[in-house]
Amino acid sequence: MLDALTVAVAVTALALAAWCGHAAYRDQPTKDWHFIGMAVVSVLALAQLVVGVVQLARGERPEQGMAVFIAYLIGSFAAVPAAGFLSLTERTRWGSVTVAAGAVVLAVLEVRLYDIWGN
Amino acid sequence: MTSGETDVSDTDRPEVAADPKPAFELGTGPGRVLVWFYGVFTVAAASRSIVQMIVDFDRAPLAYVLSAVAAVVYGFITYSLVRGGEKARRAALVCCAAELLGVLVVGAWTLAEPTAFPDATVWSDFGMGYLFIPVILPVTGMLWLRRAKTVTI
Repeated sequence: MLDALTVAVAVTALALAAWCGHAAYRDQPTKDWHFIGMAVVSVLALAQLVVGVVQLARGERPEQGMAVFIAYLIGSFAAVPAAGFLSLTERTRWGSVTVAAGAVVLAVLEVRLYDIWGN
Repeated sequence: MTSGETDVSDTDRPEVAADPKPAFELGTGPGRVLVWFYGVFTVAAASRSIVQMIVDFDRAPLAYVLSAVAAVVYGFITYSLVRGGEKARRAALVCCAAELLGVLVVGAWTLAEPTAFPDATVWSDFGMGYLFIPVILPVTGMLWLRRAKTVTI
């Protein structure tokens, strides 16, 4: 379940990065549709956070330590919304670049999460 | 016709006067992307050092303290970028230089004497564990801060 969500978040994050990167390439700020895309990725990341905590509560333990795992779960959840807020106040192509960068950071976090959870 | 012209100049004048001078912003445009990356690295380096110091400080004290120092430097640059202005620009420039120096020294140090670092820092191996962003970031930052000066003058 957690692994499936990790893959889903990583894939959607990369799609979001490509989408916002395209907007930046066309010299456009983030639009409503981009924010819906960010919401989708954020909801998936939230689901991952919840599932991760539930698995910890059931007594399963991540391979590389609990504190690191929780820190990465929270970081993954916060990454895209934080970038989204930055792009709200930067209504130029650079706002789109910021969201694309945020999504790439999220994808990297997911790869690390996969290693940290192990199993 | 003449009244029309005076009308135009009348409406134009206050507009020109009210036109705000371009503020000395470091955190907008391309700077916004820098704010994002510096923010991310502040959080990454700070949480990394905090977690490691709490869990097992004695394992690699030097590495953990260096991560904490990196976090402070990143945090200060983020703050300077958001604050803007000439003072902040200079302070950020100095910190970017210090950051680059830190990455290069720690990077070379970890390669030359791996035993000093039982655990990695953000700057180990020139930031390889972080996709070399720790090396790229200060260079990009300095380029941006230098350009920000020429644009505003």
